[in-house]
Amino acid sequence: MNLELILFIVLALIAAVSAVMVITQSHPVMSAIFLILNFFALAGLYLLLNAQFIAVVQVIVYAGAIMVLFLFVLMLLNTSSEFKVLTDKKFIKFFALLISAFVFVQLAYLIFFTKPSNAVKGNLNVSSQIGTIQNIGKELYTNYIIPFEAAGFLLLAATIGALILAKKKFE
Amino acid sequence: MYQNSTEIFQMMPFIIIGAGILLSIAVEMSIKKSELILPWFSILIFAVSAVISIAGIQQESVLFGGMIAAGGKAAIFNFIFNVGAALVVLNSVDYIKKYGTYYGEYYILVQSSVLGMMMMSGAKDIIMIFMGLELMSICFYVLAGINRKKFSANEASMKYFLLGAFATGFVIYGIALIYGTSATTKIDDIISGFNRLITNPLFVAGFIFLLIGFSFKIAAFPFHMWVPDVYQGSATTVTGLMSTTGKTAAFSVFIIILAAIFSTHSINKFTPYFAAIASLSMLYGSIVAISQDNVKRMLAYSSIAHAGYMAIGLAAGNISSESGIIFYLAAYTFMNIGAFGIVSIIEGENDTQLGISSYAGLGNRNPVLAAFMALFMFALAGIPPLAGFFGKYYVFIGAIEGGLTWLAVIGVISSVISVYFYLRVVVYMYFREPQEEIKIYSDNLSLSAVVVSGLLVIIFGLFPDTLLNLITSALIR
Amino acid sequence: MTSIPMEYYLVLSGFMFSVGIVGVLIRRNAIVVFMSIELMLNSANLTLVTFSSYLGNVTGQVFVFFVMTVAAAEAAVGLAIIIAIFRNKLTVDIDKINIFKW
Repeated sequence: MNLELILFIVLALIAAVSAVMVITQSHPVMSAIFLILNFFALAGLYLLLNAQFIAVVQVIVYAGAIMVLFLFVLMLLNTSSEFKVLTDKKFIKFFALLISAFVFVQLAYLIFFTKPSNAVKGNLNVSSQIGTIQNIGKELYTNYIIPFEAAGFLLLAATIGALILAKKKFE
Repeated sequence: MYQNSTEIFQMMPFIIIGAGILLSIAVEMSIKKSELILPWFSILIFAVSAVISIAGIQQESVLFGGMIAAGGKAAIFNFIFNVGAALVVLNSVDYIKKYGTYYGEYYILVQSSVLGMMMMSGAKDIIMIFMGLELMSICFYVLAGINRKKFSANEASMKYFLLGAFATGFVIYGIALIYGTSATTKIDDIISGFNRLITNPLFVAGFIFLLIGFSFKIAAFPFHMWVPDVYQGSATTVTGLMSTTGKTAAFSVFIIILAAIFSTHSINKFTPYFAAIASLSMLYGSIVAISQDNVKRMLAYSSIAHAGYMAIGLAAGNISSESGIIFYLAAYTFMNIGAFGIVSIIEGENDTQLGISSYAGLGNRNPVLAAFMALFMFALAGIPPLAGFFGKYYVFIGAIEGGLTWLAVIGVISSVISVYFYLRVVVYMYFREPQEEIKIYSDNLSLSAVVVSGLLVIIFGLFPDTLLNLITSALIR
Repeated sequence: MTSIPMEYYLVLSGFMFSVGIVGVLIRRNAIVVFMSIELMLNSANLTLVTFSSYLGNVTGQVFVFFVMTVAAAEAAVGLAIIIAIFRNKLTVDIDKINIFKW
């Protein structure tokens, strides 16, 4: 056991357990807090994967901005602990568990069966270089400039949309 | 990079619409009476962009550093999106006034959604498909709930949003697996290595996730649960936009990512999947639509059935079924926009006059509207010689060529079933006496949109071969 | 990172994806359903970053950047929709706001 593997196991356990807690907690605020924990664990995993920029953005954008928005809305709506957490329809509950268990087993089987790592020649030198801000910024502003512009339009449309739906008075 | 003038010419639609969005925002912010300007401005940019797109049909080129293709099939799709959106805008001017809520943002969001669709239909990189899909979807989520004081609109918007975001999750996960197994997001590279990649089960799994995600967007059977409520709850003009151009955009993505199957002779591993969703959607849509009394809801179920007919073409996966799908999409877009246009004219305040009984006696009271409604209903039912018939015909021919005769037979059976509920509207219009007092607002702009779509449906029905040859020539090149 | 097999990361992300699906299908609170969707998006991000660094290919990480943009935009719009619906009906319970049949 080296340190890396121990770190991975700890972070993966935190991520998995917090993911389950998100969907089982009865209070929405608790769900949100476990989701933040999950995002932090993922940020740690990204660091293990040498994706420094993504790890930082994960904390700033996801755990920071998006989850704060969630918590704001939860506070605004003042929802208390739910009386009934799960949907009433028994059939759906059963179906949901079945379908997701199927998806998971199928994916796990495929992943271990096809061994995608065989096709991959892990080059440590390369991978520690690609995740830097410098490299990703260069890619964003050269090869991926058009999706980047599209993201601008997307955020513009989302801003307009959020404004028109949530603004209190509209003349 | 951009040496020749053709490329600059073909880039213009994107630039025009992008600049149009920004200009519209400026107009909306600075001018008080923006409702007099924005609709006409939107129609102008859609019309210019449609003309430029279709003018470049003969030459296919890759623009923006290999991210977006223009010309060829993308030209046809862009034409459909722009003309469809222009008709919807024309239809919306008076409809929005009737609702008593005018937001200039409506037109800005319609323009943004068209930009998203154009990105999808010309995408050369999976990232572009994803960004276009999200740009379109986010605009639709908002447009569905734009009448925010009405609870049914809120609910439609929320249902559409939750299920759409759920579908997005599938799309991203599928893209992640495709990227992992092919080490690229360039669609051309994936297509050229398709025969090798398809043997990798993880790649197939990723592809199926992607297909499931887009099956939500085309409203095919097991993923249809949002359709009736969203189509009924949204403003009628918005429903007209998302049921036609939105569906076309999703189908254009299917055609792009399955290009290896359509053009070369790769084995279509996804035939069982598409055959299943096609047959189930056709039968489910046609059978459930029979019991609907609300015309908007009836058209929603009919839209599920039409997604099924088009999916037959995907199951067949040959060049004639591909051109059949594109012809069908064009025909479907204009007949459905026309039908929803008439529904929006008849519709009264607060969701009244949507039931089929409101159409009783329309043949006497408003013969023009009734005639066009009958035209669209016949076209949707697939009665020759209208556009809808040839759409179905070409798709079925493709299916028979692909050895899927049983699927074509199911298609014919479900078309026969669907004749019942389409003709029911016609029977109500001409052979029933009105039970209640129906007040129809005179709405010349919507009527002109209806007339234009009606003419397009007739033209598509009169010259189907010419158009099909045009589509096929654009595909083969 | 060489000592950890790539499959471990992929299975973790597959697990999170399945948990997200269950959450979307069984929870009643619209906000929690939306959180489950965020969980699904994050599991896809983990897959992308894993492949990206094991392949030594930057595209995956660029794509994650775009997914985050989209998630932010969706969060803004989705929460606005939830606020709009709460203004009209004072509930975010999916089962209660069914005025149409599902």
